[in-house]
Amino acid sequence: MNVLIPDALRSYTQSGRAQARGATLAELLADLDRQYQGIRFRIIDEQDRVRRHIRIFINGEQVDALSHALRETDDVVIVQALSGG
Amino acid sequence: MAVKLKKSTARRKAAPAAAKRTVVLVATRKGAWLYHSDAARKSWKIDGPHFLGHTISHLVLDPRDGRTLLAAAKTGHLGPTVFRSTDMGKTWKESARPPAFTKAPEGEKGRSVDHTFWLTPAHANEPDVWYAGTSPQGLFRSDDGGVTWAPFSTINDDPQYRQWMGTQQDGTPDGPKLHSIIVDPRDPKHLYFAMSGGGVHESRDGGASWRVMIQGMEVVEGFGFDPKLPTFHDPHCLRMCPSNPDRIYQQNHCGIYRIDRPSDTWVRIGRTMPKKVGDIGFPLVVHPRNDHTAWVFPMDGTQVWPRTSPDGKPAVYVTRNSGKTWQRQDAGLPKTQGWWTVRRQCMTGDTHDPLGLYFGTSSGELWMSRDEGRKWQCIARHLPDIYAVEAAVL
Repeated sequence: MNVLIPDALRSYTQSGRAQARGATLAELLADLDRQYQGIRFRIIDEQDRVRRHIRIFINGEQVDALSHALRETDDVVIVQALSGG
Repeated sequence: MAVKLKKSTARRKAAPAAAKRTVVLVATRKGAWLYHSDAARKSWKIDGPHFLGHTISHLVLDPRDGRTLLAAAKTGHLGPTVFRSTDMGKTWKESARPPAFTKAPEGEKGRSVDHTFWLTPAHANEPDVWYAGTSPQGLFRSDDGGVTWAPFSTINDDPQYRQWMGTQQDGTPDGPKLHSIIVDPRDPKHLYFAMSGGGVHESRDGGASWRVMIQGMEVVEGFGFDPKLPTFHDPHCLRMCPSNPDRIYQQNHCGIYRIDRPSDTWVRIGRTMPKKVGDIGFPLVVHPRNDHTAWVFPMDGTQVWPRTSPDGKPAVYVTRNSGKTWQRQDAGLPKTQGWWTVRRQCMTGDTHDPLGLYFGTSSGELWMSRDEGRKWQCIARHLPDIYAVEAAVL
């Protein structure tokens, strides 16, 4: 499925879009990490929590649970929160 | 730069030692810079920024090979990582497994590394081993030159240590930290580390077990804190003397200390600092060849802890007799209105004779002295907030 990648992570993907597979958000992130080593840990911490300044939207809805089920047609958007200075 | 020598003759003189260059590694809140000097340390070539926009907490050159750099990095939005270069910063590769705590069992709240704060190359006989300290406090080790990292020893999840570490609220303003990881050059199994907060700890068995080393260290007065409890101790920076590994100096939240092993008692040597200046600060530098000599950068630790140069008059203080007396070294520094903060990793020395000293300020200025602190000059300004300064002679 289509995954929209924020600017801060494009050093991994070299693109604003990536393709990844998975029946759950956890599987999708694992697939992304297989393709772009290290990207998952920048998004998800070691306790499987979405990092503080990252948001993940699936079909426009914010999702925090990595167990969230996905369909092949879902749109996944990873967003870096507007913050900092 | 290497000195070009003439070809050999039948009766050649002893070849002069190759002129050695110095590199100063500057880690900042918005990236990293390398400053390469000529042999005289008078002109500096800038290499940077590296990782523009990343917070670099520590940038360290491996003294065992003279070319591998590790950078502890994170950005405002993303999780922490470690970058590695084996060509002095020409190219970088991200760690395949950065320092991360063990995942907590289901139903328990585990910790996550906010940033790697401290990097220490291990013993000379362990060429690929590095240690890392994190915020919140965690101790990690890499056995492959920084490519992969794993929790080291038991302290990260030990209930007693977790109690001593406290919570996020108990730490320094940008998070509690494990720092000052020291490896005894005589024995790779003899280790020290410190925690802000959480005291000083020593292992003689390669990290299998640790003992608390806080005797003699004072705690903040007036709140009824028990000095016997590590949780109330805030060592800011420990430095072991290379010329005498039994001697360690410490800059603490509550003064300057020295310990001479095998004694277990820290002695407060900062009482001899001028009363108006006090003995509060963050960084401390020891002389590589003289264990009686150390430098500190005092800061204002009164009232609300401004953490700036006392009275707006920045100065380094040096002791040349193990802390009996201190001398002010401020030639070249602003005489007034210099409200500087120099963090615990932001002052260092090279190994030349005379020794070069370097420090970086939170206002983005990099200063150096070629004569052991007698005179100072600014070699860079307008950098981002400086988080760490390291120097190496190549």
